[in-house]
Amino acid sequence: MLRDLKTSVIAVVVLTVVFGLTWPAIMTGFAQVAFNHQANGSLIKVHGKVVGSELAAQSFTKPQYFHERPSATAPAYNAGATTFDNLGPTSPDLAKAIKQNVQAILKLEGPYNPGLTVHDIPVDAVTTSASGIDPDISPAYAQLQSRRVAAVRHMSLSAVKKLISANTDGRSLDFFGEPGVNVLELNVALDKAQGN
Amino acid sequence: MSSQGISQVLVYGIVLIALSYPLGIYMSRVYDRERFLAGRLGWLRAIERGFYRTIGTDSSKEQDWKSYAKTVLVFSVLFSGLLYAIQRLQAHLFLNPDHLPAVPSHIALNTTASFVTNTNWQYYGGEYTMSYLSQMTGLAVQQFVSAGVGMAVLAAVIRGISRRSTTELGNFWVDLYRSCTYVLLPLALILTVILISQGVPQTFSGHATATTLEGATQTIARGPAASMISIKQLGTNGGGFYNSNSAVPFENPNGLTNFLEMIAILLIPAAQVFMFGRMVLARRHAWMVFAAMFAMFAIGVAVNYPAEQHGSAVLRASGVNITQGNGSSGGNMQDKEVRFGLANSAIWTTATSDASNGSVNAGLDAQTPAGGSVPLINLFVGEVIFGGVGSGLYGMFFYIIIAVFVAGLMVGRTPEWLGKKIEAREIKYAALGALFVPTMVLAMTAVAIVTKSGLASVYNPGVHGFTETLYAYTSQSNNNGSAFAGYGATNFSAEFGTVALYLGRFVPMLAALALAGSIGRKKIVPASAGTFRTDGATFVVLLIGVIVLTAGLMILPALTLGPIVEGLG
Repeated sequence: MLRDLKTSVIAVVVLTVVFGLTWPAIMTGFAQVAFNHQANGSLIKVHGKVVGSELAAQSFTKPQYFHERPSATAPAYNAGATTFDNLGPTSPDLAKAIKQNVQAILKLEGPYNPGLTVHDIPVDAVTTSASGIDPDISPAYAQLQSRRVAAVRHMSLSAVKKLISANTDGRSLDFFGEPGVNVLELNVALDKAQGN
Repeated sequence: MSSQGISQVLVYGIVLIALSYPLGIYMSRVYDRERFLAGRLGWLRAIERGFYRTIGTDSSKEQDWKSYAKTVLVFSVLFSGLLYAIQRLQAHLFLNPDHLPAVPSHIALNTTASFVTNTNWQYYGGEYTMSYLSQMTGLAVQQFVSAGVGMAVLAAVIRGISRRSTTELGNFWVDLYRSCTYVLLPLALILTVILISQGVPQTFSGHATATTLEGATQTIARGPAASMISIKQLGTNGGGFYNSNSAVPFENPNGLTNFLEMIAILLIPAAQVFMFGRMVLARRHAWMVFAAMFAMFAIGVAVNYPAEQHGSAVLRASGVNITQGNGSSGGNMQDKEVRFGLANSAIWTTATSDASNGSVNAGLDAQTPAGGSVPLINLFVGEVIFGGVGSGLYGMFFYIIIAVFVAGLMVGRTPEWLGKKIEAREIKYAALGALFVPTMVLAMTAVAIVTKSGLASVYNPGVHGFTETLYAYTSQSNNNGSAFAGYGATNFSAEFGTVALYLGRFVPMLAALALAGSIGRKKIVPASAGTFRTDGATFVVLLIGVIVLTAGLMILPALTLGPIVEGLG
């Protein structure tokens, strides 16, 4: 019995050292050498300063930028504390939140899109993402925002659309997943196109 | 639903079979103590012998079911102590670059039970609760080891079925070592490298700080994530590095990683069915078990995907465009990610609840009543649709024995399974294994729904709150770990959940080992004309029927109170 106990104790220690320290250390060493950019958070730098990550949404409120999907984190787009919204499919609070999101979009995009109605708003624009930092919006939502961005920036609509397609991540290997427009990369590209 | 979405579902099924079959053959050799690695790669055997010498065990000695069970229990208790200690002491230990305080005691208790039992229910948010040390040496170690324990026990149970007139089921330390080192580790290595290349962080540096384009400050959590996420999927663990789990782009950056992680969720449990067929020399029977599991998996996807595409009541009433097409996936995108859309969220939700994995790439609380009842039902049948690594298949054995027994009653013969007579003792163990957990779930849900302390955890009002509660105890008792994540952590829910976690893991495990001990002592009787054939389509139908009747009927009243009322409302 005592012998069995001793065996278990040693096994716990050995397994913790192997799988808890050695394994992640070797993987970290490999990652830092072979995939340094990805291993450290896929950070995006502009003029040498970190402005965000390819893999995290951030808050955009100004009209010259494409806006992200709603986020349930506190504060919104907190890449240090991700969370779902967790409101159920029949929740009155969800109905209220969606209504507010719809009103905000109609108010923001309406002036640039005459005749815009609620039926023109794609669903991802008014629903919170699962992570709270979904870096993508649907191509449909990007199209909806394109007239505003073009007008505010005094750019041609076709130039903005060209940048949208350049910053659209298609399906992986043209097959897996769904296409999405990376909002931060798109906004960085817009700033760059105008010399900022 | 889109044609691209449907073809992704089909390709998933094909790739799963194509990879799990050869892996199953390989694994059947891994557990063959004498023959595996006898010739080439002798240095691996040398390392293995070194491990046995270090821990001081005689690897040639086999154990009977009681001794095997005792070793598993002692080992799990010791690991529980270590895991609890690491979480409570993390503030004073190294690898804590973001200076996180100690994990609160009730959360640490529940998390300990959760990871030692291969459940990974998360009452905490990974990136802001656990130091790198806790994630690496506490949680991720359990993701290897608790998976290894499940796989070891399955190997022992299968030996009981395949051997005759013996009490010996194998050596726990050999089975554990081989599960971790020859199966989990190489697969985790491949997956980790791919994940890192696609953008999953792997660093010991603390969080990054960015100044956003609009001048705000953003904290970006990172850490040694990839080495944990690979094993979290492969070992049907599910506990994420980040709070929003596999929905977070840092855990699951794109369609490719999503596909590979979904394959990893079901890969080993599916392969174990083929492994079983080889080890008991009944390959056709194994295919039939696989067919039953695969059919139930396919039904889950076929319900969830259209239900989510149809959208929730709130979204339909809002008037926004939920039609698929023109650059939008449409449907219920609440708590879903654009890069996955609906098809990949449906496959994931079904696979993770079939496999006792519990990781999610989309929120479950926000899913439609019909869509959300898919994971709930999958959990409730006891994680036997592929199920957890090891535990899924030995859980399925209970149902197989009940199915064979029912068939025996119908034809009036003593039931047999793989040449072994099934008698009163085996039926008792099978019934215990199959019915203990669902009964416990209903009892615990009842307590949690009538007490004030239980109701304090509920997030959404009305019937949806009931579903959250039912899901919480179903998930913990069946060692799944996924959640209707609005359900909150209180002292009561964390401690009550701890009981569910431990009992839900070890009662069926002991029943399975006892069953193996009892079956292993029997002689093989040759099949006769009166033997019910377990290698044909009739058996598949009967097995699914038994699962639906035993577990399905137990949950039907509860489903009526939850998702069904909500769907009608």
